[in-house]
Amino acid sequence: MCGIVGLLVKKPELYSRLGEWLVPMLVGMTERGPDSAGLAVFVPDPDPETTRLSLYAGSSATGAAFDWPVFGQSVCSGLDRRAQVDFRHNHATVSFLVPPEEARTWISERYPALRILASGKNMVLYKDVGLPAEIAGKYRFADFSGSHMVGHTRMATESAVTPDRAHPFTAGGDFCLVHNGSLSNPHGIRRMLEPHGIHFDTDNDTEAACRFLEWRLREGDTLEMAVKRSFQELDGFFTFLMGTAHQLALVRDPFACKPAIVAETGDYVAVASEFRSLAHLPGIADADLFEPAPEEVYIWTA
Amino acid sequence: MDRVSFDLATTPLREINAFLHRAPAETESRTVILDRPGGVHNLAVGMAHDWRVTVHGHVGYYAAGMNQTAEMEIFGNAGTGLAENMMSGRVVVHGFASNAAGASAHGGLLVIGGDAGLRCGISLKGGDIVVGGSVGSFSGFMAQAGRLLVCGDAGDALGDSLYETVIYLGGHARSLGADAREEPMTEPDYQEVESLLARAGGNFCTVDPGRFRKIVSARSLYHWNANANQEY
Repeated sequence: MCGIVGLLVKKPELYSRLGEWLVPMLVGMTERGPDSAGLAVFVPDPDPETTRLSLYAGSSATGAAFDWPVFGQSVCSGLDRRAQVDFRHNHATVSFLVPPEEARTWISERYPALRILASGKNMVLYKDVGLPAEIAGKYRFADFSGSHMVGHTRMATESAVTPDRAHPFTAGGDFCLVHNGSLSNPHGIRRMLEPHGIHFDTDNDTEAACRFLEWRLREGDTLEMAVKRSFQELDGFFTFLMGTAHQLALVRDPFACKPAIVAETGDYVAVASEFRSLAHLPGIADADLFEPAPEEVYIWTA
Repeated sequence: MDRVSFDLATTPLREINAFLHRAPAETESRTVILDRPGGVHNLAVGMAHDWRVTVHGHVGYYAAGMNQTAEMEIFGNAGTGLAENMMSGRVVVHGFASNAAGASAHGGLLVIGGDAGLRCGISLKGGDIVVGGSVGSFSGFMAQAGRLLVCGDAGDALGDSLYETVIYLGGHARSLGADAREEPMTEPDYQEVESLLARAGGNFCTVDPGRFRKIVSARSLYHWNANANQEY
């Protein structure tokens, strides 16, 4: 199983409602994915000079007790005095103005136990093991504002239940993907990508799809082209929901094995595995509801 | 009391299903109204008595599954497996139905006002399905008996590995499945179509039976043919 949720609001005055509307969507998919959950948040018009890294300390020796304030002081004195650290439990978002590769290297050399889960200018990411409601509460998902969000509840089939194997997966900057289904050729995809210098963080099948698509985007494909190319390369069952800095994209495999439903109003586009997760949304009674067709690429722009 | 209402937002599903599983008392009203289903799964699965259920809102998976005798009308959309394995009775959804609507239904009538997803009427075993809109790919897969009438179009592989179900198609199929073929409509076919549309009721009564084509099994997969080179 697994549950997918996504929400994109169309009006700037609704940015502040994003988290509040999305949390019941995520919690609504608990039966489809009770072992882990995650959320990627995209903010519109970020400072173009600032990069943000989403860090996870739960697998370090100190775990959730990791001393983020001390880490923040160390980042400011050693990496970038303008850096800011926003920490929530065992996750933190660090914002800085130095080049992202410099920051990555600095952090991984000094704090090898910290996992860098995501990087980008628009996107921050939180994911962990546990019930979706617990995770949403722990990281205060309802407080997030932004233009769009991509969320996932996981029922693991293809790799172990750990925070880094929870979804969303990310690759490059400002790109994330969540997956309901399973791929049958992730190892083939890895063998194809590794000679291109692409590094994998986990043994998860979804990571292969995520890195394949991000590689195609980096090679110059549009999102639509990249997804269409994935039909030739990726074998298996999938509903994929992807987030980029300004877009939300949805696609289902040719057999539509895994569910998806879309609700669109003048205020938002909401995507979920099942209608149960949309039933609470304002204006849902008058929303345009449809099930996405197999192999069609649906893209909405924030 | 002329009818009973339940609000799914405040009443547990099991309470409602348990209510619908028992036989109504002789003097009891058969009419049951269900409000705010919110996409709940397994609503009214396993009814075996002559209830008349009306649902206002969208239902989740397997609504009215295994239905016998009862009638259910849904003013909304339905999730996967609507009226799956229905034995008799009548299920109407005014919106769309997701994948595998009417799968392996042995009897009864399923009416879908809007579109149906993939695999509509898969393994149909004697039930009748009438779809106002279009059906997705692999509809009527290995369907054994009963009728599937589609006013709109069909996706790929319509009627793949069909047995004795007859498919009446008003629009066009992207492709027919293995061993499915079009045969000429006969006068009894037109009467069947007219009868199915009349039973579906509502706007279906105004659909012209003259525009349907008939898809049936070519029966070449009925027996193993060692000389077929396994190409069908």
